[in-house]
Parts: sequence; C-alpha cells; structure tokens
Amino acid sequence: MSAAAARASRIDAAWAALDAVPDPEVPAVSVRDLGIVRAVLEHGDGIEVVLTPTYSGCPATEVIAESVRQALIDAGLGPVTVTHRLAPPWTTDWISAAGRARLQAYGIAPPCAAATETAAAAARPAGTIRIRPLRVVCPRCGSEQTERLSAFGSTACKALHRCLACREPFEYFKPI
Amino acid sequence: MNAVAASIRLHVTLPVQYVLRIADTCLIHAQRLAEWCGHGPVLEEDIALTNMALDLLGQARALLSHVGRLEGQGLDEDRLAFLRDERQYFNLTLVEQPMRRSSAHAPGGDFADTVLRNLLLATWLKGLWTRLGASADAELAAIAGKAVKEARYHQQHAGDWVVRLGDGTAESAARLHAALERAWPYTREMFSRDAVDIAAEASGLGPARDALRDAWLTEVAVVLAEARLAVPAETAFLSTGTVGRHSEHMGFILAEMQSLQRQYPGGRW
Repeated sequence: MSAAAARASRIDAAWAALDAVPDPEVPAVSVRDLGIVRAVLEHGDGIEVVLTPTYSGCPATEVIAESVRQALIDAGLGPVTVTHRLAPPWTTDWISAAGRARLQAYGIAPPCAAATETAAAAARPAGTIRIRPLRVVCPRCGSEQTERLSAFGSTACKALHRCLACREPFEYFKPI
Repeated sequence: MNAVAASIRLHVTLPVQYVLRIADTCLIHAQRLAEWCGHGPVLEEDIALTNMALDLLGQARALLSHVGRLEGQGLDEDRLAFLRDERQYFNLTLVEQPMRRSSAHAPGGDFADTVLRNLLLATWLKGLWTRLGASADAELAAIAGKAVKEARYHQQHAGDWVVRLGDGTAESAARLHAALERAWPYTREMFSRDAVDIAAEASGLGPARDALRDAWLTEVAVVLAEARLAVPAETAFLSTGTVGRHSEHMGFILAEMQSLQRQYPGGRW
C-alpha cells in the first residue's frame, strides 16, 4: 500500500469510528451526525480530531472530547489528540441528513434551516423581537398543528413543543 | 483543613480590562441567574433561567481563558474566576444587584427584576457580540461568533416575558415598572466611555461602549412600548463596577462563589 493510501485508510477508519460515538445528551445521533467534527488530521503516527462545540456552555463538551479520544484509541488509531475550534461557529445546518432522520425517529423534531430562521427574524415587523418559531412538524404524527410549550428544554439545544393533533409533547432541536 | 488559597493579582492592561469587563459581566450575571435554580416561578422558567446561566458561564469561561493568554502569567479560567479580589473584577454593576426576592443577602429582588435585566443585558450583549465578530483579535471574534446566537435567543425570551408582565395584570405591570426604575440608573454604565474603550476602539479589539447605545436603545424601546412602559429618563448616577469599584452586593456574591475554591484550592468534581 502506498503511503498516501495508508494515510487515507487511517483517516477513513477514524471517521468510521466517530460514527459510533453518540452525543451523550442526544444519544440517537453520533457526533459525526451532529456536524461537530470539523476535521480529522494525521500527524506522524498520531491522529488529531478537531471538534467545535454546539453551545458555549454545553456541559457535554468535555465528555464528548474524552469519548472521541477513547473510541479512536479502541480502534487502534492512537495516540489521539482532540482540539477545539470555535470559528466558524457551529450551526444546526451541519447536522447530516442521516442525523436529522435519526432525530425524527427518536421523537425530536429536527431544526429548520438556520438561514430560514434568521431570514424570518429579519422579516419580523419592527414592533417585535419576540420568538415566533416557524412551523414545526410533530415527529410522531406529522401534523403541522403544533405549539411551543417552553423556549428551553432538557438540554441547551432543544425547546419543548406539543402537538395539537395527537396531543403528545415533543422536543424541538432549535435552529442556530 | 487545607490551606486557604491566596488571591491572585493581575497585571491589568487596557486590553485585559476590556475583555474582563465582558467576561465578568457574563460570569456574575450567570451566578445571579443560577440563584433561581430550583426556585423558578414555573418549571419552564426555572429551566430557562438556568439554561441562560449555562450559556453565559460558557461565554465567561472562553473569555477568561483568553484573558489568561493576554495577561501573561499563565492563569487559567478557574483561578481567574475564583481567586481574584473584588477590585479586580470589572463587570457592569447592574449584574450584581439582587433579583430574587428571597436571596439570602439581598432582600427586595423580584422575578420582574430578572426578566427586565435579562432584556437589558441580552440586548447589550447581542450588540456587543455582533461588533466583536469583526474584532482584530481572532480568538475574541470566534467567541463572539458563537455567543451572538445565544444572546439573540436570550433577548427574544426576555422580551416575551417583559411584554407578558408589562401588558399583564395591574400587579405584574406595577412590579415590572418598579424593576425598570431600579435597573435604569445602572444602564448608563453600559455606554460610558473611558481609556479602556478608547484603546480597544483604536486597536480594533472591539467597540467602545458608547457606540452600542443607539442600537440598544432602539431595540429596548420597542419591547418597552409593547409592554406599555415608557423609556425612563437618563440619570446623573454612573455606577463603577467596570473600573473595579462595586456595589455592596459584590462581596456577598464573591464570598459564595469563591468559598469552595478558597478552602479547597484546585478542587475539582
């Protein structure tokens, strides 16, 4: 195997291992699904994983870094270093299509496009800066007849909604 | 009993003080909001206030780590948060004020003070983070790029509550009005201009505070109008937390916030 091919396969193996690292607070999706892995780099015989945090105060940040490090060591790819990169800031638009489908199947409504939300905010009349969430579809029954119960939820990234059709409460992954 | 941790002493240059003003405003506001944990008027609001505290604490951590690099003694975020003496904190005086009726050392606070303060501060921070996104300091710009999204959501949520109370019952409106009267004199400090601001503006580190005023006032006035409240007149009083001279409440906050790290230096859990 050429050196370039060996390097590619090590990096591919690292990405594959990251597919199996769940987000500790939303275990239905992997850290890769969430779009918080910004790069996987090879330095000599080591691997560097570059992560970006979701929210500034997300308490899962340290746990995620340790889980990532351990998963790559377990896959025989160590030594592993994990670094953080803040810019550009994470956006829910980086959640993969597979991740969105997994959120939905888990009962969490995936976020609308952040740009859509920003555009809607900008288009609000000058008389209000208050939250008017866009149409959120119930992840259980698919109804568009839903309303927000709470702007904040069980984790920094979610709000609490309920469906007026099937009457079930559900979480909504906030677009940022 | 372990030895009590001694205070650290910073070399406070103009840029260090500029970043500490923002970091400490986030830190002390987070500490005050966290006092609501388990005491919110409804469960959803308990969760909201602590979630906002967590965002602010995360922002403070990132800024304090950055201060550690700018300051030069290699101090980490924990030592900066927990081992400074009062005169080396540079937060806005507003965030020290009590805002929960049953705060042990601070009678007189109210939930109305909390939602009103959240609106005033989130609007201020949103404007500041937006401008800091273009900072010549790449790390500060990166922190701001993340934080502005959080501040925007805090502002929206606070605005919802200000309108709900202001345009609510006679009792809620009266209490919100009283909260506005209490908070307003402290807002002048948000827009005063001194050597720290001038240096930051000149070097491209970030905006001078007075540059934030017009946009802030426009947005706050919109919400206050919807809440059926008039914008109060500017006062002559100028608070001085940003130069390290604090109100009588600061010592109590620090005593509570620092006690663990003072008694168990370097303690982790």
